[in-house]
Amino acid sequence: MVTPALPGSVIGISRELMALRVAAEIEDGSYVNLGIGIPTLVSNWIEGRDIVLQSEIGMLNTGPLAEADQIDQDLINASCQPVTELPGCCYFSIGESFAMIRGGHMDIAVLGAMQVSEKGDLASWNVPASGRGKTGNIGGSMDLAVGARKVIVITEHVTRTGEPKIVRECIYPLTARKCVNLIVTNLAVIEVVSEGLLLKEIVAGLTTEDIQAVTEPRLIISPDLKELAL
Amino acid sequence: MNRAYPSVDEAIADVFDNATIALGGFFTAGSPIRLTEALANQGAKNLTIIVQSVGIGNWEVNMLLENRQVRKVICNYPFFRSASRVSLFEQQLRAGEVECEVYPLGTFIEKLRAGGAGIAGFYTPTGVGTLVAEGKECRAFNGKEYLLELAISPDFAFVHAYKGDPYGNLVYRETSRNYNPEMAMSANITIAEVENLVGPGEINPDQVHTPGIFVQRVVKVDRPDIDVTIEVSPEEMNT
Repeated sequence: MVTPALPGSVIGISRELMALRVAAEIEDGSYVNLGIGIPTLVSNWIEGRDIVLQSEIGMLNTGPLAEADQIDQDLINASCQPVTELPGCCYFSIGESFAMIRGGHMDIAVLGAMQVSEKGDLASWNVPASGRGKTGNIGGSMDLAVGARKVIVITEHVTRTGEPKIVRECIYPLTARKCVNLIVTNLAVIEVVSEGLLLKEIVAGLTTEDIQAVTEPRLIISPDLKELAL
Repeated sequence: MNRAYPSVDEAIADVFDNATIALGGFFTAGSPIRLTEALANQGAKNLTIIVQSVGIGNWEVNMLLENRQVRKVICNYPFFRSASRVSLFEQQLRAGEVECEVYPLGTFIEKLRAGGAGIAGFYTPTGVGTLVAEGKECRAFNGKEYLLELAISPDFAFVHAYKGDPYGNLVYRETSRNYNPEMAMSANITIAEVENLVGPGEINPDQVHTPGIFVQRVVKVDRPDIDVTIEVSPEEMNT
């Protein structure tokens, strides 16, 4: 199931399994917002659990993606996908939606990342090389990063060209400072603690040296270091 | 009181050059497509458009861009996710033909809500320490940093509702509520296109989402039939 990774041509676990690992991190009874992109895969692993998904467009208890005969143009998520209702669902305006997010009512936000720093700074909305200057798709990312009680980043460990995404300082424009609590990648699970980055779990077949080789800041190795279990 | 108009063309006839217009809705849900079409036909120029996204989630804005009616867009999600897909708006922006102001979504909607509620501005923690904070006042409250954002009060708001009555009371359906309530509050003149125009008393007063005082004009439109599966591919959303 798991392919060992090699620095430079890193493989590790699939995006689906990264999402499964994030799902295991979410406690029952939580209100959760899944950012667009890879985070939406987490919804595949929490069906039937006591977790309320918020769709920032204005919905609590968002259900699975709609099948063809269920599609309703008035019922979509923030990723423009047709979705369904779960029992206990409710609708509200974007103003109320962001009062929930910014006001500290959201237990967990799962977000994608371009870079995460060792202090937990997040960069996720603007790539300078895109030529888009200081404008970019901010969407709800900054509010979620600032407002959610816990921010889990789900991301590939390195870029497509093999550059570390976990860095000493973010080079890309920030989404928010010191907001990330946990990083789940295709290679490892890393917690942001006051002393730095705590390596807690690694994919089977890899060593801590393998992870360090593709991570820019010095990792603190947890005394309870475990194999990443799914 | 009768705020019902006979047609979308009459409802938007007085939109003037240089006006600022908020457009509600997102993707297939709650976008005022018929009013925007009417505005494209009417031809007012040099417009500032306030909308969630441009030509991706809210493609009706393309009608105005194609006509060169837009001078500036205020939004929170201006581009396709993939930098290799360039929208009409991005082409015009790169050519210097339009301007773009981007705000975090929560700030974007709160600027409109504040504009409608008589609040000049507000301090938000969102954007502190980022490009969004450039040139803005930052201030600490109880040891936490916030930045000052100012209200917006557009000249017009176009919204889409499932149901409306001659008093302007509105009911939205499912996630098509989205931007519409705050935008309706924010504008000097709010124009609502509604799928069902019903008589006074036919909306349960306990279930009104936008009170009619915020809505100056109501016009009945056909329910737009939109293919929800077009426009945004899974590849687009998962890069």
